Amino acid sequence: MVKGLEDRLFNALVYAVLVFCALLAIFPILYVISVSITPFGEVLRNGGFILIPRDVTLTAYKTLLTQSNLPQAFKVTVLITVVGTAINLVLTGLMAYPLSRKNLPGRRLVLLMIVFTLIFSGGLIPTYLIVKSVGLIDSIWAMILPNAIWSFNVLIMKSFFEGLPEELFESARIDGAKEFRILFQIVTPLSIPVIMTIGLFYLVGHWNEFFQAIFYVTDRTLFPLQVIVREILMQSQQPLENADNITPTQTLQMASVMIASLPVLVVYPFIQKYFTKGMLLGSIKG
Amino acid sequence: MALAALRKYWPFYVMLLPGVLFYLIFRYFPMYGMVIAFKDFSMMDGILHSPWANPWYKHFETFYQSPYFGELLRNTLLISLYKLVWGTIPPILLALLLNECRIRWLRSIVQTLTYMPHFLSWVIIFGILIALFSQNGGIVNRWIVEAGGSSYPFLTSTHTFRSVLVGSEVWQNLGWGAIIYLAAIAGIDPTLYEAARVDGASRLRMIWHITIPGIRSVIVLLFILKLGHLLDAGFDQIYILYNIQVYPVADILDTWVYRTGLQQLNFSLASAVGLFKSLIGMVLVLFANNVAKRWGEGIW
Repeated sequence: MVKGLEDRLFNALVYAVLVFCALLAIFPILYVISVSITPFGEVLRNGGFILIPRDVTLTAYKTLLTQSNLPQAFKVTVLITVVGTAINLVLTGLMAYPLSRKNLPGRRLVLLMIVFTLIFSGGLIPTYLIVKSVGLIDSIWAMILPNAIWSFNVLIMKSFFEGLPEELFESARIDGAKEFRILFQIVTPLSIPVIMTIGLFYLVGHWNEFFQAIFYVTDRTLFPLQVIVREILMQSQQPLENADNITPTQTLQMASVMIASLPVLVVYPFIQKYFTKGMLLGSIKG
Repeated sequence: MALAALRKYWPFYVMLLPGVLFYLIFRYFPMYGMVIAFKDFSMMDGILHSPWANPWYKHFETFYQSPYFGELLRNTLLISLYKLVWGTIPPILLALLLNECRIRWLRSIVQTLTYMPHFLSWVIIFGILIALFSQNGGIVNRWIVEAGGSSYPFLTSTHTFRSVLVGSEVWQNLGWGAIIYLAAIAGIDPTLYEAARVDGASRLRMIWHITIPGIRSVIVLLFILKLGHLLDAGFDQIYILYNIQVYPVADILDTWVYRTGLQQLNFSLASAVGLFKSLIGMVLVLFANNVAKRWGEGIW
């Protein structure tokens, strides 16, 4: 009997802490949403705390979508996300497949070349000079090519390919299939899970693109979403008088944060399991 | 021999070509470009033709003798260590709790919600921090004022900025960091729990005597591997969150290299510091991997 009580207390404690963790994760985001849609007057009247606003206003969003660089930046981000992810996947796959063939002469050398970049890098300045000297500065490609392949992803994909049954390749070769056809028509369809996982990591990487833009791009029309949002966030706060008539800085700031994160937040719950899988693949084999 | 291999395997080499080119251009040319740490680089002359520095260690000496050296190194190591210390335990605790959770839907909701911050960019998290902690308009400060206190500049004060860095990092990685421990827990032999249950062990005792020992090697392994990255205090995060008021406590090697190189165009000095960091970083990673390997399983 005592045991049952103890068990229930223990459970209650576990659930309480877990719920607290979940709230800790979600509360800041809910708060950002509510600030972005609440008329500022109401925020002030309530001492600053509103989770479910009584009045909803989308003025901040309208202002941002009509009077700022955000729509242009949104287009840039979508472009580098789509084109970039496609290039990432093709290059990663093309590299991982030969490396999964254990008897390929020179395989170890290429692997060494990849792994070495995980522990040593030329650093920011020399990389900048190279990007500059190949003429990528101020182009969309500066945000795509310098990080076109992530070494970890090559290693993950390689080990996935290594797990495919050898007979598959042999029978295809006996049938006279060329290696490119084997890769694209036999290996690729069987590798959808790993392609999804890796593709999603690349995708989020591009969506959150910030630093390559800061490093290599000065043309404002090429700035991606995150760069513009940070600019909006850096604007200092305006005084809080007359709050009912203007859309205050903070409301605009939070609306810009929502515009930049909404796609990730909406899609995320549906694709979460792929990420989790990828995380484990990476930690075991990487 | 080589020719025969080429004839037999040529499609594979064609496949490798774009990737190898990528690595040569964007990863290995920059390593060669590091020579400008030993040169007086000018854009006009380029990497190749810029004159050698005299003496060759000039830029390293400049850095070593500058007041930045101590400050940058201290900030880098302190921020890294704080993150390591504060960031290790919470994900382990969360994993233990998730493992004890008997309600499946609760478990999966908690997982989904706590993993999510990992996918938010630092710019987004910066926005969240402004909403919560900025001096005018941040909700925490409004609470403080309402309670009769005076507002505090959490995001621009040298006293609180490192806590903001560590706290936001812990927040971002709480759930994501737990995944690997959950996997390790799933690998524990279930008969151990059966035996303990028969012996009448409480759940707390089972956690203490079975679960934690079962994942101890993973905990130590991850800790060692993180030690290898001690010089990476988090450039992305710090660059996006910091401001000129907090440079004394937040400026790290990477952020200084960025400002000195790409903003003040002092390429050689910045490269020298970058090279210094890359080399020590490599030694640390190799050392950490070596220790980890001896501990049981290396990462390669």
